[in-house]
Amino acid sequence: MSTPLLIAVLLLLAAAAFEFGRRRALQVAGPEFRTLHSLPRYYGSYTALWCALPALILLGAWLAFEDKIITILVIADLPAAYQSLSEPELNLIVNDLRNQLSGNVVSRELNLDMQAAVKHYGSLRATSKAALAVIFLSVAMLGMGLAWRKIAPDFWARNRVEAIVKVLLIICSTLAIFTTIGIVLSVLFESIRFFRAVPVFDFLFGLEWSPQTAIREDQVGSSGAFGAVPLFAGTLLISLIAMLVAAPVGLTSAIYLSEYSHPRFRAAAKPLLEILAGIPTVVYGFFAALTVAPLIRDAGTNFGLDVSSESALAAGLVMGIMIIPFVSSISDDVINAVPQSLRDGSLALGSTQSEMIRKVVLPAALPGIVGGLLLAISRAIGETMIVVMAAGLAANLTVNPLEAVTTVTVQIVTLLVGDQEFDSPKTLAAFALGLMLFLVTLALNVIALYVVRKYREQYE
Amino acid sequence: MTPTTADKIQAGLKKRYAAERRFRGYGLVSVTIGLAALLLLFVSIIGNGYSAFQQTFVKLDVQFDEAVIDPKGTRDPQSLARADYGQLIKKTMRELFPEVKNRRDKRKLYKLVSPGAVFILQDMVRKDPELIGTSQTVWVPADDDVDMLIKGYIDRDVPESARRLNDKEIAWIDALAATGSLEKRFNKIFFTAGDSREPELAGIWGAVVGSFYTLVVTLALSFPIGVAAAVYLQEFAPRNRWTDFIEVNINNLAAVPSIVFGLLGLSVFLNFMSLPRSAPLVGGLVLSLMTLPTVIIASRASLQSVPPSIREGALGMGASQMQMVAHHVLPLAMPGMLTGTIIGMARALGESAPLLMIGMVAFIVNVPEGPLDPSTVLPVQIYLWADTPERAFVERTSAATLVLLAFLVIMNGAAVWLRKRFEQRW
Repeated sequence: MSTPLLIAVLLLLAAAAFEFGRRRALQVAGPEFRTLHSLPRYYGSYTALWCALPALILLGAWLAFEDKIITILVIADLPAAYQSLSEPELNLIVNDLRNQLSGNVVSRELNLDMQAAVKHYGSLRATSKAALAVIFLSVAMLGMGLAWRKIAPDFWARNRVEAIVKVLLIICSTLAIFTTIGIVLSVLFESIRFFRAVPVFDFLFGLEWSPQTAIREDQVGSSGAFGAVPLFAGTLLISLIAMLVAAPVGLTSAIYLSEYSHPRFRAAAKPLLEILAGIPTVVYGFFAALTVAPLIRDAGTNFGLDVSSESALAAGLVMGIMIIPFVSSISDDVINAVPQSLRDGSLALGSTQSEMIRKVVLPAALPGIVGGLLLAISRAIGETMIVVMAAGLAANLTVNPLEAVTTVTVQIVTLLVGDQEFDSPKTLAAFALGLMLFLVTLALNVIALYVVRKYREQYE
Repeated sequence: MTPTTADKIQAGLKKRYAAERRFRGYGLVSVTIGLAALLLLFVSIIGNGYSAFQQTFVKLDVQFDEAVIDPKGTRDPQSLARADYGQLIKKTMRELFPEVKNRRDKRKLYKLVSPGAVFILQDMVRKDPELIGTSQTVWVPADDDVDMLIKGYIDRDVPESARRLNDKEIAWIDALAATGSLEKRFNKIFFTAGDSREPELAGIWGAVVGSFYTLVVTLALSFPIGVAAAVYLQEFAPRNRWTDFIEVNINNLAAVPSIVFGLLGLSVFLNFMSLPRSAPLVGGLVLSLMTLPTVIIASRASLQSVPPSIREGALGMGASQMQMVAHHVLPLAMPGMLTGTIIGMARALGESAPLLMIGMVAFIVNVPEGPLDPSTVLPVQIYLWADTPERAFVERTSAATLVLLAFLVIMNGAAVWLRKRFEQRW
């Protein structure tokens, strides 16, 4: 039986278990059903949970390990000549077996040994499938039976059910931690493999980036250079341009909307500005490549400047537009958190409104604004689609915004999109870049959240 | 008389008021810049995209010649499917322009009709074999170059060598247009077809279905898990280091760049668990990890807004803590949770960077039939089309963007409506 079918059957069984449990509770209580500790439906739920949960856990474990175990068994059964092969070669053979089994294209003629192995593989899979169905359903029945037997008037079903539900809730809430661990481990392991091939120092401080790996030893340009400085520089350049657009525009528009504008204007303009935050980044990327980049290039030609069609300026400008609402909504929060008494005091001393804002509100809100800007920078550094579509691929080490530069995220995408082998430094480099990206944005976020929180406490 | 303080202030006032006006002006300019950018974005996308909703069709009087389609006269569906319908179209085109004799010119002439026309004829015959031997008037999509010329995107004044169409081709097209054999019609193909290398045959339906499956998986995972996590953290969890740690984690995950989630998906779901590449299932898994923090944070805020008196009332009536949450707090907090979830889903719908990592960028013609079929999603389709050089794809990319934005508007509108409808002031 296929997995969805198994789950459907399990759901039916659980529904039946609920009914059985409920009936059983009423039955054991007899006419005096007030003697039951819990409501009958809790006995039903208890039976249903015992029916479904162990079976689901079994299913998950089975699916996770089935393929690995079958592969090991198949390899163990291959003739001795194959056993001595290196791991990548063995992997290739196993892949061929799998493809042959599922009717895909196979990379080589299969000899008799391999055909036997394919058969073996197929039979193991079939056995595993059948065994899973049998064991799965018997575990479900067994769980249901055990729970059913336990039902008695003085059995605390509600407390048991609530305890199980609470455990489930706790598991859900720890998922965030597992995600973080997953991210760290997945980028860390591949990065360590990368740093075995390329020294950390060369990666962090190398000035040349050309992620090539040789197919043959004597190939021209086979060495490949993995110096990430041009990528960091490109990322910083584009983020800087973005912040030069977003910080002043976002901040002043937040001030204008919260301190000056007519409430009606604010009610209309604020949601409109926030639309900018809801537009998918791929749309910004398309906008940058289609409209902004040609615009800048034509403007540059008019001034006699040579502007690349993938200039850092175009990507940075559009990214800045994307970040405006982000900066303005954080600034808005922070400015509103400044106590009214400070404003009143300043105005009472005769300052104009702009003097009050510049000399009292902004200095008071400064830590919060800095925190917000840090968050915005981390956004800009991690932004992918705009730069993939509008910035270049060539790693230029330059500060000229009219030239094409490339960024960390662009390189991750180019290295990992398409067919890939998992043992070349070329693909592993993407994970090392991912690790850098994760660490930098994490540091920025932690600092920013800390600053914002400290600032909030100050006025609460 | 010595100047009093009031005089000194009077003297500076003009300058200070000017500064005040300037400061106000900066603010207004900033808001205008933001709104102008929004306007420019929409104008440029709508301006480029609206024309893709129409497509040029050619009228052909096709003679369904039995000798070509079914020479043996068996009407066997298999041989009908394999027949050379291209010949029928070529013959029709030759009859329309009998003066074309040169082989190279003939080939150019045939190319005015989309290669998809063959399948239209094939379909007609398959549905109704009676058509064989008759002559029918068929409207078939024109080639994208014809479409571009009719829509005015190909400049006739450019020297012939720099144009996609040469003078002869333009003359043929003009002749067709003059006899009413060219017509712009609603571009149904765009909404019903999968991807294609031919712009006139490319549609977004495959990507829309892929997006749908991805979002279903995302919703099925992130809503229950997010709500459960929020309920635990807000209602049950003791305040200690462990829960603080969970909270810090959630807040940080909300700010991790989306592409990093793609790396996670690539190494955990694809390499470690060997799930299929390019599948909406994996896309949904990655996106649900990404939207989970949004859902949790919104759900917690919603739980927090339920006043304590409700909880105390329930507990006072003898409900257990779990009953209090399940029967009273959760129903009251549900609209807010749903609003947060819809906003998270809207973000997931527009997300493309992590999906690039797990192979949802493949060129896929078939419309996916389940969450395990290889497919792509709407934003990735936009990315793929934005990369192609044909002019006709520019308008299709913009049109696909408009469709994506329309979906987002609907989702955000639903969220706003929910909030308005169920918002409660305690």
